Amino acid sequence: MALAVGCRARPGKSRDNKTGSWRVFKPEFEHEKCSKCGMCQTLCPEGCIHEDAEGTFIPDYVFCKGCGICAEECPKEAIAMKQEEK
Amino acid sequence: MMEITEGSHAVAEAVRLCRPQVVSAYPITPQTHIVEALADFVANGELDAEYINVENEFSALSACVGASAAGSRTYSATTSQGLALMFEVCFNAAGMRLPIVMSIANRAMGAPLSIWNDMQDSISLRDAGWLQFYAEDNQEATDLHFIAYRVSEDPTVLLPAFVCFDGFILSHTYEPIDMLTQDDVDRYLPRFSPPERLDAADPISFGMYATPEYYHEFRYAHDKALKEAQNVIAKAGKEFATLFGRDYGAMVEGYKLDDAETVIVAMGSVCGTIKDAIDEMQTDGKKVGLLKIRVFRPFPSEDVAKFIKGAQRVQRIAVLDKNISLGAKGATALEVKDALYGSAVPIWNYIIGLGGRDVRKKDIKEIVSLAEQGHGDQFYGLRKEVL
Amino acid sequence: MAEKCKSCELFDSGHRACGGCGAALAARLVTKAAGTETIVVSSTGCMEVFSTPYPETAWKVPWIHSLFENASAVASGIEAALKKQGRREKIVIMAGDGATFDIGMICISGAFERGHDFTYICYDNEAYMNTGIQRSGATPYDASTTTSPAGSHSFGNKRPKKDMPAILAAHGAPYVATASIAYPADLMQKVEKAINTPGPCYVQVHAPCCTGWGFEGEQTIAIAKLAIETGMWPNFEMVDGKVTKVKKVVRKPVTEYLKTQKRFRHLFKPKLQDAEIAAIQAMADRNAEKYGIDIKLKKEG
Repeated sequence: MALAVGCRARPGKSRDNKTGSWRVFKPEFEHEKCSKCGMCQTLCPEGCIHEDAEGTFIPDYVFCKGCGICAEECPKEAIAMKQEEK
Repeated sequence: MMEITEGSHAVAEAVRLCRPQVVSAYPITPQTHIVEALADFVANGELDAEYINVENEFSALSACVGASAAGSRTYSATTSQGLALMFEVCFNAAGMRLPIVMSIANRAMGAPLSIWNDMQDSISLRDAGWLQFYAEDNQEATDLHFIAYRVSEDPTVLLPAFVCFDGFILSHTYEPIDMLTQDDVDRYLPRFSPPERLDAADPISFGMYATPEYYHEFRYAHDKALKEAQNVIAKAGKEFATLFGRDYGAMVEGYKLDDAETVIVAMGSVCGTIKDAIDEMQTDGKKVGLLKIRVFRPFPSEDVAKFIKGAQRVQRIAVLDKNISLGAKGATALEVKDALYGSAVPIWNYIIGLGGRDVRKKDIKEIVSLAEQGHGDQFYGLRKEVL
Repeated sequence: MAEKCKSCELFDSGHRACGGCGAALAARLVTKAAGTETIVVSSTGCMEVFSTPYPETAWKVPWIHSLFENASAVASGIEAALKKQGRREKIVIMAGDGATFDIGMICISGAFERGHDFTYICYDNEAYMNTGIQRSGATPYDASTTTSPAGSHSFGNKRPKKDMPAILAAHGAPYVATASIAYPADLMQKVEKAINTPGPCYVQVHAPCCTGWGFEGEQTIAIAKLAIETGMWPNFEMVDGKVTKVKKVVRKPVTEYLKTQKRFRHLFKPKLQDAEIAAIQAMADRNAEKYGIDIKLKKEG
């Protein structure tokens, strides 16, 4: 990739940085409890929680840093943080 | 079209003809007449630009950064303290590769506070990565703005430019100017159309930060672009000559160098005085010539070496500097010494005219005598009675 | 009208913010509210640094960073250029509290005085976080930072938070608001309103910082809520200088908020600092009175 004039870039390359490798704890989603409120998706600082075909939510573990906000804020306590086996 | 006009007004008219879309203005002696004239143009519908009354010079150049990044041709003017306040933004604008053109009505730096002319202000920013043009007279000051925009905006350059002219000496002096017409300028200077700009249709992040893996290479690319700008200057200058008869293709100019035994090297308005003094000295049988430098960045090292080599009778070189890198020498002298490294010809530095001290023909003649006697590397013309 | 994009992620994953970062969430929510027809101007700071290490950028809208203090001046130039080019993009500045309350004051004051049409979002994490947690004009009273540390001869930051909303309202800003990542819908609504109000508008967004304030990243939203519930962060809107809407709460004592963060730990350990906590409580009480935060409970009998 040629050096960009003036230190500039177009969107997309941040996704080369797989921040999922930072994780110590991993959010496990229990979809049966999910009320589909979408708070987890709204509050994720990584923007890596996506709605699936059923209207419930799943994180993209490639980028999930395991911060735990989704688990903490889920009104149905449908997300649990589990220490990740590496 | 010939007109007799104040330097500042000529510059303002030249800028008007360049059709900037955004003018960022803050007053400071001795450039204020420029921004006032531009304000008048806007108020009377003669310049279709957004005129921003910024609250300080730092913001003046910052606004230009934004306007240029968004794809508009932009302009500001400053000097001395104002330029110093913009120091940080100067490095930023150049590193971001934004083709902003800024007039500098050269003025001494405080402390001590001075409103009068010398070149310490723009010279002190020679490391920032801008093109630097220096005008000998108001015709050059005017024309160099057209050249500056044309060179700055060239897609292989994309670097900001200072157009420098001596404060008061040029900015406030009335001279006859051959002013181009709007059609002339429209023919010479195409509409500003940068390859990249802030635009929702093609989102780009400008001004990212560079880690050690990349910074070195960005600096290299910048330096390369600035050095190679001399080719663009040559082309732009030659085209100007073809269209309008005045040649700005060369970064240096020789005056009576052919048989000169003493060569004076200088920049700016003092060159006019030097030429007059040379004519008088030639009449008296003294062989003196002038190497005028019109572009200081990129520094024309090769051209300086070539011209001095061509002055086959040269026995000594007197470099005049209206600036001093305090603790060392004048900036031009240091550059010239580098350009002539290996030459046996003695190179003497004379610091002249700081803080508006007048430099007259007799001073030039005295400097030549001092050089002939081997007395150099000094502040010329110190008033010993006040020391 | 700014294009609202409810499902549009305009702040991409892969950025390098700490896990649980309030500012990162603010960037996501603000860009969502602003939409694609937006040019973002960032100051130097956490958000700029964690989002744009060349060649990686997390921004999917046009974005520019110049220097620490000049986002408002750069935005002024962009606004002028867009006007002349007849373009419709909206300009949103995103700057931290250091860039806004301190080093950027001159540029902000000038830009607001000139009345440029842009929206200034200050993501307020209450210190210079990017450089390692130094005190800013937004740092609350008694917060410990590296340049206002608590110690045997100090309770931390000696000064109350600068009232930036009032300062900018005094400049004639047509719309000024405070918001919080704790209430994302409210935040996005305020951002949208600011963008759609002509002139210079200001939204100060509370963005708790787990690294700088000393709490676990999962608590970011909870702590942001406590700030509002204790009156430490009044959440309000001002239109043409007058407070029009306030988030009302049944107020909790400030200790509920202070005890959650290491930056206030010295008020509790080794000794409970009653006088200092009382002073902070008084500030919260003054906020409550000034903005009408308290829900008036019906008296019995």
